[in-house]
Formats: sequence, C-alpha cells, structure tokens
Amino acid sequence: MAKADIKPRIRIPKSVKAGEIFEVKTLISHEMETGLRVNKETGAKIPRDIINEMKVNYDGKEVLRAVWQPSVSANPYTSFFVMATKSGPMEFIWSDDSGTSYNKTVEVNVS
Amino acid sequence: MQSKLDTTNSLAKMVGQPRINRRTFLTLAGIGAVGISAIPFAAEATPQETQSKIDSIAGGRPINEGRVDITLPEIAENGGTVPVSVAVDSPMSENDFVKAVHVFADDNPLPEVASYYFGPHNGKADFSMRIRLGKTQKVVAMAEMNNGELFIGRKEIKVTLGGCGG
Repeated sequence: MAKADIKPRIRIPKSVKAGEIFEVKTLISHEMETGLRVNKETGAKIPRDIINEMKVNYDGKEVLRAVWQPSVSANPYTSFFVMATKSGPMEFIWSDDSGTSYNKTVEVNVS
Repeated sequence: MQSKLDTTNSLAKMVGQPRINRRTFLTLAGIGAVGISAIPFAAEATPQETQSKIDSIAGGRPINEGRVDITLPEIAENGGTVPVSVAVDSPMSENDFVKAVHVFADDNPLPEVASYYFGPHNGKADFSMRIRLGKTQKVVAMAEMNNGELFIGRKEIKVTLGGCGG
C-alpha cells in the first residue's frame, strides 16, 4: 500500500454537553507489517513497519497515548472516551516505524 | 472417599493386581492427587515470556486480580483481526484514576500488544481495538493505577485461523 493512500478517519458525536463522557472512534489504513513475515521467493524477512504510537490532544492536554506493537491488526481501529470540557479542536497524530506521521483534527462542539 | 477407593481398585485391576495393599494405595492416590492438582494449574499458567514482560512492568509490586474486564468473542475465525475491549473499574477522578493499561496476547510470538495511557480527563478507562492472535490463547490486560497499584484480568479465546503467519 502506498503511503499516500493512508487515510485517518475519526468519529465523534456532532455535539456534546460539558462534562459528558463521549466516545471517540478512530481508524487509519496502514498495513502494519509485523516484521515476522518472510518473502516466500527470496526467503528474506519483510522489515517491520507499523504505526507504533498514537497521540490525541484536546483542550491543551494529551488525552490519550497508545503504544502499539506488531500484534495490533492491519488498518488499526481504536476507540476510547474523553470528558467534554469546551469546544475546540481534537488533534490526532499517528507515527510509524518509517518516521512518517499522519495527522487529523476534528472539532468538538460543546453545547 | 468411597469413589476414590473404587477408582483405585479399578486401576489396580487394570494393572493386574488382585488386591490392593497400603503401599499401592498410597502411590496411586498420590498420582491421582498430582494429576488433579496439575490440571487447573496448567490452565492458569502464563507462558514464560509473557510473564517476564508483566513482571518487568510490575517491578516487584504485587499484582491484584480483578477490576479489569476484557470483552472478546468466544471464537475468532480470523485471528488477523479480533475485536477486544478492556474496561477498568475506576472513578477516574483527580485523585484516583487509571494511569495505563497494558495488553498482552500470552501465546503470540510477540506477546506485547499495546499500552494505553489515560488520565482523569478520560472519564472512564474503557477502550477497544483489533488485534492479531496466532492461536488459541489468553488475552491479558494489566491496569496501573495512579497510586501504583496493579490489577490484572485474563480472558481465553479460541482461534481457528491464526493471524500472525506469512
């Protein structure tokens, strides 16, 4: 899969109330090459290339950090919860073994 | 006790002993007792590599059972993508919250799966992800509280087609 095809997707509720605990769902396309597979023709190990970290910032704080190992599936999906404080951006950053990072920002609407 | 004697007698018959003496009885009872106690122990044992990863995070702190709830399908037909959810019982207040949750697949070639770091701003320590499982095994999750206490939970899952191979 070409790196250019890597697309993060985020889903949060359209609007939330202050103090509400809401679910954040995330999905990013990435093959998450484990480093354990062998090229059947050459016998060479296929080098590891996974997203090893995901960070989420909201309202001036890091609200989640996830460290991933090769046992995380390809096209990693994850969901978690955050307590709503105020309207503003929620920023997502994924970093992979090749040193590439992928960003996406969504707006949290607190009513 | 009666049933144990019956079993012992039938065992004795099988090995061709017409009558049971005290020594034979004790030997057979001993074997039986070892057999019975070995079964649950084997089911609870965590493979060495996973245990050493858990111990290195614990760093000598006691590991308590409970407060960690793992949700998994009973059977995974495709080990390449298995949904798992982990929820830790915690008020997630400023003074009492879950700092981290470490997830392991205890019989994968690389047993460490992920570590998630939380704080009071999460409201609840509850997350989902999809993982690769090479074979039938247990998923283990260990939660680290802000005061340093550790809690562990385990859940077994049957995997019909492994997800780690080439």
